[in-house]
Amino acid sequence: MEKHVVVIYPHPDDEAFGAAGTIAQFRAEGVPVTYLCGTLGEMGRNMGAPPFANRESLPMIRKQELQNACNVLDIDLKMLGYRDKTLEFEDRQEIAKRLKTMLEEIKPSLVITHYPGHAVHPDHNALGAAAVEAVGLMDPSIRPTVWAQAITNSFMEDLGKPDIINDISPYFEKKMDTIKAHKSQADGILGNFKKANKLAKDVQDAAKQRLGIERFYIWEF
Amino acid sequence: MKPIDIENAQQMLESFINKEVYVHVETTNGAYASHFNEKAYNVGVFVRNAKVTFSQAKIVRDGNVYRAGLKMPMGWIYAEGLTDWEIYEYDKLLLAGHDREGRLMVAMQISETPFDY
Repeated sequence: MEKHVVVIYPHPDDEAFGAAGTIAQFRAEGVPVTYLCGTLGEMGRNMGAPPFANRESLPMIRKQELQNACNVLDIDLKMLGYRDKTLEFEDRQEIAKRLKTMLEEIKPSLVITHYPGHAVHPDHNALGAAAVEAVGLMDPSIRPTVWAQAITNSFMEDLGKPDIINDISPYFEKKMDTIKAHKSQADGILGNFKKANKLAKDVQDAAKQRLGIERFYIWEF
Repeated sequence: MKPIDIENAQQMLESFINKEVYVHVETTNGAYASHFNEKAYNVGVFVRNAKVTFSQAKIVRDGNVYRAGLKMPMGWIYAEGLTDWEIYEYDKLLLAGHDREGRLMVAMQISETPFDY
């Protein structure tokens, strides 16, 4: 059993879409989970129709949604305070050192993050790279396992079969509740899944197909 | 935000003329455009808190959308595809263009005080 799991993703809602089922499973087993969330998703585009948010009010709305989502999952939250879409332009070493310090304090047995270079959004790739680097800098005797998540359309061809293929059906409702906690983002993104999947019956069906299994690669140091 | 009211937006734009102001301009089709549609391109530009002055400012209607342009001593700033506006925190003019689904495509914002980080 894991001792403590740390999830490192850049945006409020990455934890919901990417790993909420796995997180819920760890919580059900009594494993503490801490989410290090890189930004407040300041550059989100979904403002609602008619708009309920604007570029200036969105960060605080998403911060509240993030806290709500972490309450749904019953996990600890630490916000790193970077700005959405700028992580790749930061000094990666600096981010890695900061994450390393935090990890040495939390002492997780497992870190979940994005697979650098295979995670579509530039923030995913940049923070994933910094997280992997941070763990790599840690003394091997205290180094946690890293599960890296790839989300490109071609990741299976590029990286082979994921090491962890987690059917999260028992926790799917919890996952949807976590996604819905990110009210400003949920409808727009779930709608996109439906649009991209012509065979899906409805939004729920498209979500189940897309989100029902969470896959990770074990990073080799 | 509400659909642009051109007369009041024009008046607000003019209130910034010949003052040092902070401008936010942005256009984006999101970080996932080519993820969901392989034929699409990801494009965007983002400028936050550029400190500028302008001597002329105009908002122009074109069908259901608007363009706004600022004439600076050494150049121009303009934005196209604007649909909604808001006066935010009393003195900040926010102009934005949203698509049918309510996604922001373009924004131009002007304020006498800097926008938050």
